Amino acid sequence: MNEAKPIGGKIWTMPFLFLTAIVILAVFFLAERFLFGLGSVTNMNDSYPWGIWIAYDVVIGTAFACGGYSMALLVYVFNKGEYHPLVRPALLASLFGYTLAGVSVIFDIGRYWQAYNIMIPSKMNFHSVLLEVALCIGTYVLVLWVEFAPAVLEKVRAERQLAKLNKVIFVFIALGVLLPSMHQSSLGTMMLAAGHKLSPLWWSKSLPMLFLISAMTIGYAVVVFESTVAALAFKRPLETGMLSKLSGLIPWLLGGYLLVRLQDINGAGLLPLAFSGGLQGNMFLLENLLLLGALLLLIYPINRSSPRMLFIAALLIMAGGGLYRLNVYLIGYDPGTGFHYFPSAPELLVTFALIAVEIMGYTWFVKRFPVLPAVKHA
Amino acid sequence: MRIRRRDFLKGVVSGTALTVLGRPELAAAAHRGRRDTPGALGILYDATLCIGCQSCVVACKKANDMPPEHSGSEGIWDNPRNLSASTMNIIKKYQHGDGRQKDDSNGYSFVKRQCMHCLEPSCVSACPVSALTKDEETGLVRYNKDNCIGCRYCQVACPFNIPKFEWDSPTPEIVKCQLCSHLLEKGGISACCSFCPTGASLFGPVSELLREANRRLHMEPGESYEFPVADISGRTPSQVQVHKAGTYVSHIYGEHEVGGTQVLYMAGVPFEKLGFPELPDESYAMISDGIQYAIYKGMIYPVAVLGGLLYMVSKRSGGDKGEK
Repeated sequence: MNEAKPIGGKIWTMPFLFLTAIVILAVFFLAERFLFGLGSVTNMNDSYPWGIWIAYDVVIGTAFACGGYSMALLVYVFNKGEYHPLVRPALLASLFGYTLAGVSVIFDIGRYWQAYNIMIPSKMNFHSVLLEVALCIGTYVLVLWVEFAPAVLEKVRAERQLAKLNKVIFVFIALGVLLPSMHQSSLGTMMLAAGHKLSPLWWSKSLPMLFLISAMTIGYAVVVFESTVAALAFKRPLETGMLSKLSGLIPWLLGGYLLVRLQDINGAGLLPLAFSGGLQGNMFLLENLLLLGALLLLIYPINRSSPRMLFIAALLIMAGGGLYRLNVYLIGYDPGTGFHYFPSAPELLVTFALIAVEIMGYTWFVKRFPVLPAVKHA
Repeated sequence: MRIRRRDFLKGVVSGTALTVLGRPELAAAAHRGRRDTPGALGILYDATLCIGCQSCVVACKKANDMPPEHSGSEGIWDNPRNLSASTMNIIKKYQHGDGRQKDDSNGYSFVKRQCMHCLEPSCVSACPVSALTKDEETGLVRYNKDNCIGCRYCQVACPFNIPKFEWDSPTPEIVKCQLCSHLLEKGGISACCSFCPTGASLFGPVSELLREANRRLHMEPGESYEFPVADISGRTPSQVQVHKAGTYVSHIYGEHEVGGTQVLYMAGVPFEKLGFPELPDESYAMISDGIQYAIYKGMIYPVAVLGGLLYMVSKRSGGDKGEK
């Protein structure tokens, strides 16, 4: 188990300073938001009550944070222990993705000081999809920290606590597979309530299933992405062997996803709408072409053994899967009031700042804590 | 052991299939309203009787203590252009063609917009903290700011885009018509109906409003009939006016839309021209509710899946240690 080692190195590098500057700017705009209301910094309005703080920070952000979920599913449920070295870095990325999604919700909700109401049983509405999503994501953030805790305990050599934690950690690993399955599908269910306001190119009773499959697929893509970027950024050997084996799974998931998608659209006679040339139709085509591109790349074993092709496929999946979610929550959503939405600069900046914190947190942890597998020097 | 694992996997697969396909028919939503209960209250708005005087808009603002909205350059009059966080009720005008004939597709029509008080309200189903609830007696959809977390899922879920949010407040609330529930509690009726001079907005029990709407649909256009004004609930003294019956489109909007609403509409112009979406009879909220309920009812599936996961993971992580 203890093959992971901190990689060491300087924390305050130039990129790190640059990211810090973004975060400081965002704090300024957030202060404005809390003093004068959401309307003072965002372009959200009564027609588009949800902007990118929900669509990106929560809906796409948690999908990009599904690496930990996908790896846990593979290693513990499908018993593929050989992928174990990929679990801890994936967990770390998930940890930041989910924690910051939770934080961003506090920026977004209007009456944040009453947020604890979701935990008061007498106030809970068990019919609400959002209640389930909120409780599940909240619990999962805690679970992720516990799942990741061994890395911290190893670092501080708290061996007794580590031994204790290792006895019960299976409970948290199991929860770590269950909870994302629940809330990732529910993120899809959530937009069923939008009904006629969501274009039929996306509104479908398959939303929960498509969100679940896409979350898993994006999870594996993110593991490939993150492992490759970490190798390049920290000048470590590429983990191509493991990644190419891992990505043999992806065509199955993508193929299944695209079949359901095509069947939904074709069955409802919506292909003409998809090719009608409007923004929604084009975004629908782009979203599916990106995923189809990844599928076509990854069905060939030769591409799966090329780090470059693997990386491109991972990017295509993240772009296509991310766009699918953006389409469901924003581009495909039109309440028909004539109003439109495009995020304001401060709104975008806050989202960038959250991504910046994720990158900074990840870098700090891998440099100081045993996360990445130790490199064996020949 | 192998067999148990396979059985478990089968369970997971079928559980997941159920999870993702959903079984809406299993749903038995508690907050589903009924309009035939005597206590269910609502409004019948008849566009053919509306003269566009905006009395209801003024009365609504006064009764609910709402600030004026200036949309003109002079900033003198309260002239809201849309529903907003300061306007819960509005009269709008549809105009087409020469715009001269009232209640004609090539003429003009007035239309009132406000909360429809759905029988199966999406906003109530969506709200995670029960800030929006359907009143057990009156069926009206009410808002409680002490529960609200400001997530705005109600706005996303409402098929009529009714709930509004105070975007410019650091302590924002959701604003929407609660049918003057504070006046109803004192035995009164909603302000918009009590100040409507022609009976275009009529307050009453929903079942009686529906009966009245059907009576109007059977009237001979151009003939004179008696029309009740303000209130048919008996809460306030009954009044009657004689009007010539208009030419109605033969559709009571809200009778079936998204499961039915307690605010009902009649007009001489097709409803989609007046800004009402064409909606299915089944509430969208019931669909997502149904899927959600089928999966999470009694938490049986999640607990079963968790049990299986615990078993598998404990074996796996035990195996890990064995390898070391």
